[in-house]
Formats: sequence, C-alpha cells, structure tokens
Amino acid sequence: MMGACHEKYIELMHAYLDGDIQPDEEKELKAHLKSCEACQAHMHELSDVVAFMKSAQPVTPPPDLTSNIMATLPKRNVSAGTQNWFRRYPIVSAAAVFLVFMSAMFFGNFSNDQQFAFTKADNILVEGDTVIIPEGEVVEGDFVVRNGDIRVEGTIEGNLTVINGRIINEDEIETSSLMASTAVVTGEIEEIDRVFEWLWFKMKSGYQGVENWITGSDDSSN
Amino acid sequence: MDAIVNKRIKQVLNGNQDAYTEIVDLYQARLYQVCYRMLGNKHEAEDITQEAFLRAFINLHSFDQKRKFSTWIFRIATNLCIDRIRKKKPDYHLDAQVPGTDGLDMYSQVAASGALPVEQLEKMEMQERVQYEISRLPDKYRSVIVLKYMEELPLQEISEILDLPLGTVKTRIHRGREALRKQMSQLPMTEVGGKR
Repeated sequence: MMGACHEKYIELMHAYLDGDIQPDEEKELKAHLKSCEACQAHMHELSDVVAFMKSAQPVTPPPDLTSNIMATLPKRNVSAGTQNWFRRYPIVSAAAVFLVFMSAMFFGNFSNDQQFAFTKADNILVEGDTVIIPEGEVVEGDFVVRNGDIRVEGTIEGNLTVINGRIINEDEIETSSLMASTAVVTGEIEEIDRVFEWLWFKMKSGYQGVENWITGSDDSSN
Repeated sequence: MDAIVNKRIKQVLNGNQDAYTEIVDLYQARLYQVCYRMLGNKHEAEDITQEAFLRAFINLHSFDQKRKFSTWIFRIATNLCIDRIRKKKPDYHLDAQVPGTDGLDMYSQVAASGALPVEQLEKMEMQERVQYEISRLPDKYRSVIVLKYMEELPLQEISEILDLPLGTVKTRIHRGREALRKQMSQLPMTEVGGKR
C-alpha cells in the first residue's frame, strides 16, 4: 500500500516515535501527513501500537522470589574471601601452593619412613627392632637403618647411617681400626634422630646424588 | 543507587553472601518482568530469573564496577531468555488456555495457523492480548520491544544490554513496531472498545 516515496516518511515516523527526530524533519513529516491519508493512517496505527504496548501492566513476581534465588546460591562461606584473595595475588598463591606441596612431600616422606627398615644384606641378623651385624661378617657398601637400632659386631665396608635409632655398641666401634674390637665401620658413622637433621641428610644425599651423577661415580664414600 | 550496589558487590566478593540479598531485592521484579514478557510463562520466567541471579553471583568477580550492574544482569537474563526461546522453538510458551475454547491452549492454536481467529482475539482481556502480541514477535524484535516498552529503557542502554550497535537497536525497534502494526491490523484494539 505504501509507495517508495512514503518509505522516507515511515522512517521519520519511527524517528519521531523514538524522540530521535530533527526539528526540520518533524516539520516535513507533519506537512506530509496533512496531505497524505495513507501515511496518516500508518502513523495512527503505529501510535496505537505504542499506546497498546505501554498499556501493559507490570507483572508481579512471586512473593518468595528473592528467598528462592538466595537458596540457589552455592554456599561459599569462608572460601569466598580466599578465592578472591587467590585471584588478586596469583603469584603469591602459586608460591604458597608450591610450598604446600613441597612440605607435603617432605613430611609425607618423613612419616612414610616411620617403619623399621634397613639396607638389604644376606649376612645380618634382626632381633625385634635391632639389626645385628654378627662378628666376622662383612657388609659391603653403605648401611642405613631407619627407625631401629643397630649392633655392629662385624665389619661394614662403607658409611653407617642410623635414622631415628641408636648404635648400641658405639663405644666398641673403632673407626677405621682393626684393633681392640671386632666391630669395624670403614666409613663415616651418622646418627639422625630429628626432623631437621633428617632434612639435612636428605639434602646432602640429594646433593651427593647430583655430584655422583656429574662425576659418573657410584660410590660417594671415597 | 550504583554506589550502594557497588558497596554490596564488594561485600559479596569478600565473602558476605547475605549482602547479595539486597542486590537481588533491588532488581528481581524488573528482571522477572523482562523474563515474563520474553517467555510468556510464569514458571519459566521465575526459572530464568533465578538462573540469571545465580550466574551473576558466580561471575561477580568478572563484573566491571565502572559499569551499571542493571545493564549487566539484564544482559545475562536476556541472553538466557533468547537461548530458551531458541531451544524451545516452535513452542511459543503459550500454555495459557484460550478463553472460550475447550482446553485449547495458545500453543496449539499458534502452531496450527500462526494466528488466532478474530473471534478468540475478541474474547481476550487487554493484558492477555498484549502478551499474545509480544509472543508472536520474532525473538530479535521481541527483546528490543520488551526492553523499550515494558522496561522503558533508553536506546543506549538497550544497545549495551543486547551488545548491539545503536543503529541496529533502532532498526529492530522500527521493524518490531511495524511487525506489531501488521499483527494487530487483524483486530486493532480500538475496535475492541477498550475491554479490560
């Protein structure tokens, strides 16, 4: 029903309805509407649509909407602040997480090592929590006892390390000497019974491991 | 009001979930209104309003406090409504029964013919008719018309909510009005005689 020449005026009608029209355009539109019945009818219909839409009454939400909404929220309680903190300080957070994992590894190791354990060797005896190197027997290589005691009556050809335990006849051992006693430990003797020493031992053996790897040697005692 | 809202948002971000109640209270009626007009169904409107507030809560840390919270939450809600409409096509959510018909709802009517016969339009209450005409609009016109005439929002804000250029919003409002005009020419409200 509308010719192409009216399209321009329909545009102006919408601009008018949006309050988006220039004063001279408004004059032009009004002049045209006076002379053109088709456009006048169109303008009326559009105005009716607007009035009709504006007659819509606000719908009332259900009375318990707010409480229903609040009930759907996840319970965050304390963690909300923490999450926020993590987001604000990502590097510190990463460092903290790293530390937590590291200490978990360390303490995990420490407590996993609460069991009585010792270096495998064929010629030794075990009485309860005590390892005995019998007289005349020779253990080759380093010997480690964890969470137990050791009595050396024979010979250890290497270092002796006791973690969380005692060397029962320590007095009788003559390091690197064959005199006076039958007990011989050719390497160093070490007793470790505290967390920090344990840590130090771990670090030291880690370092030695690296050193050995660099020098290509298997034996750290010499 | 924005200052209060931003203060409450900070409190929520610091772990005070109760501070969100006030934000919900401020916007729930308007949000529900938009959802209801978009979807034409009370249950779905409530559902989407809840979902919008939940999403806003979860993503509150990403809200830029230099912007208006209302724009942001309207955007979440309108996106959810449009998703819902598209998923449910060609269901027009008109599950209200049509007056004067035996158990026929608008859905069966609209699905069958695309429009209700004049006799049924005549029996409609004014408010029913408003919702019926809105629900017949294609969704891209529906959202602009609802925001413009139900919420009476400025065009600039509509463009921010829908993330559309201002010119596109204007064009859609024009086309939406034209669509309504054509829809209603079948039985203009002036001829009904203002039955309310």
